[in-house]
Amino acid sequence: MKLLRDISLIFNRQMQLLLRNPIWIFVGVFQPVMYLLLFAPLLKPALQVQTNAEAYEIFVPGLLVLLAIFGGLFQGFGLIAELRAGVIERSRVTPVSRLALLLGRSLRDVVSLIAQAVIITLLALLFDLRVFLPNLLLAYLMLALISLMTSAVSYGVALAVKSEDALAPLMNTVAQPVLLLSGILLPLTYAPGWLQGIADWNPFSWAVNGTRALFRGDLGAPDVWQGLLIMAVLAVLAVAWAARQFARSVR
Amino acid sequence: MIETRGLRKSFVSRQGREKKKVEAVRGVDLDVAEGEIFGFLGPNGAGKTTTLRMLATLIEPDDGRATIAGADLRADPGEVRRRIGYVAQGGSTWDDSTAREELVLQARLYGASKSDALARAARVLDGFQLSEYADRKCKTYSGGQRRRVDIALGIIHEPKVVFLDEPTTGLDPQSRAHMWDEVRRLRAEGMTVFITTHYLDEADALCDRISIMDNGEIVASGTPADLKREISGDVVRVGLPVDAIAAAAQALNSYKIETYEDNVRLYVEDGAVAIPQILRALDAAGVPLGTVELHRPSLDDVFLTKTGRSLRES
Repeated sequence: MKLLRDISLIFNRQMQLLLRNPIWIFVGVFQPVMYLLLFAPLLKPALQVQTNAEAYEIFVPGLLVLLAIFGGLFQGFGLIAELRAGVIERSRVTPVSRLALLLGRSLRDVVSLIAQAVIITLLALLFDLRVFLPNLLLAYLMLALISLMTSAVSYGVALAVKSEDALAPLMNTVAQPVLLLSGILLPLTYAPGWLQGIADWNPFSWAVNGTRALFRGDLGAPDVWQGLLIMAVLAVLAVAWAARQFARSVR
Repeated sequence: MIETRGLRKSFVSRQGREKKKVEAVRGVDLDVAEGEIFGFLGPNGAGKTTTLRMLATLIEPDDGRATIAGADLRADPGEVRRRIGYVAQGGSTWDDSTAREELVLQARLYGASKSDALARAARVLDGFQLSEYADRKCKTYSGGQRRRVDIALGIIHEPKVVFLDEPTTGLDPQSRAHMWDEVRRLRAEGMTVFITTHYLDEADALCDRISIMDNGEIVASGTPADLKREISGDVVRVGLPVDAIAAAAQALNSYKIETYEDNVRLYVEDGAVAIPQILRALDAAGVPLGTVELHRPSLDDVFLTKTGRSLRES
């Protein structure tokens, strides 16, 4: 009970600050929209599919997962600013739950990600993408789990390194292979066997496959539940680890 | 209100490949009574902030024990958190929030209901004369205003003890004086105030009792007056015409005296009592008077005596 109350206190504050500067939601959407407009048109011929709709069915889910991964991984920067301002330390001398300090922030990140995902989905509708609403909602659940995980990891790392200069290269180094090995830009069905073999070990490639299955209307595909399960487990692990970072000394 | 015994903390610092263990706090004993303004004095790097952060539950001691407002620091840090307030040195407000938002959130983190939190925020804003700016963003505040918000945040839940880490560092003289009044007001409201500072005049003017920390250890404790009295007493410096020095030394030979080219210095218990007697003795001996100066030992002299160096140098 106290945990829920604490989470909602932290979440409400974070949302209030986010809505005071809603521009960041749109800044976050800018890059994916550029992909949608300037990269996606290459896909119909490149993937040798019949229609734009088919190409977007493959590309948009990947793009949304990309947004969830990157959006989450870079949330740590905001936390470092809060550390520097003394806000975190001020919270830590109160009896507030340490888990709530993390989850209140991560849930804000999830909400802002879903808002961005909705914007991109709506834009994609203009390009003839069609997706069943229940499937779309499950896809958003997948995105929420990814974003919860990556933002928790980012917060945990931010608390450990305490400096933007260390966080930026670290996150980029993690994000790039994850991106390339998850078949986000092009499906890995085109990849040589060894590359597919490595990608099977990348949990995000399972998430991308699951999300793609949902977008093409294949709710029964094992990719869907496998992807959701893997992301849920990883999200729980990431949250548990990052909450420990919040509980430990923050200097 | 605060009792510590043998509190210790060391850190591992890395210099290149070499790991070095730094003993930041090496066995600190403190006794702070209820309703005191207790000053914790020492140069930068003495271990003041580390001690304070241990007492505020932000870092765990390696060894030793402490009881704060009746709660055991190591067994029940959660209870300590409920009973204390802590105001960090570097500030604690978010640029884009307003003072009122910050205060309401802080009160709610301590468990207050929404209406109670609003009432508390209004009350402390009024107490700290911040009502006028309460709904402006913190980034628009002056240094002194912002520091007052920090302290208001630290006491919104009416703690029994409040820890203030260098609350006046970086403030202009007027804001500093204002801050001293605020600290006295907290005591008047029944709080015990634990304050760190490296300003000697501040410790002297504001604190009921002080402890001086150097190199991770407490080197002296007591009231500022006691500490000063302990080291030497007062010095009375009498300026005289050059040819009157010998006569003056003769007339004052019952005092501990040193003679210089154009003055004599007398070491006395209490200068205010000794000066009339000195003047009378000189007058009786017909010595023409120049100037009289009274030098009272400062806390800097105390620090010098206890540590072998001046606080200002370190």
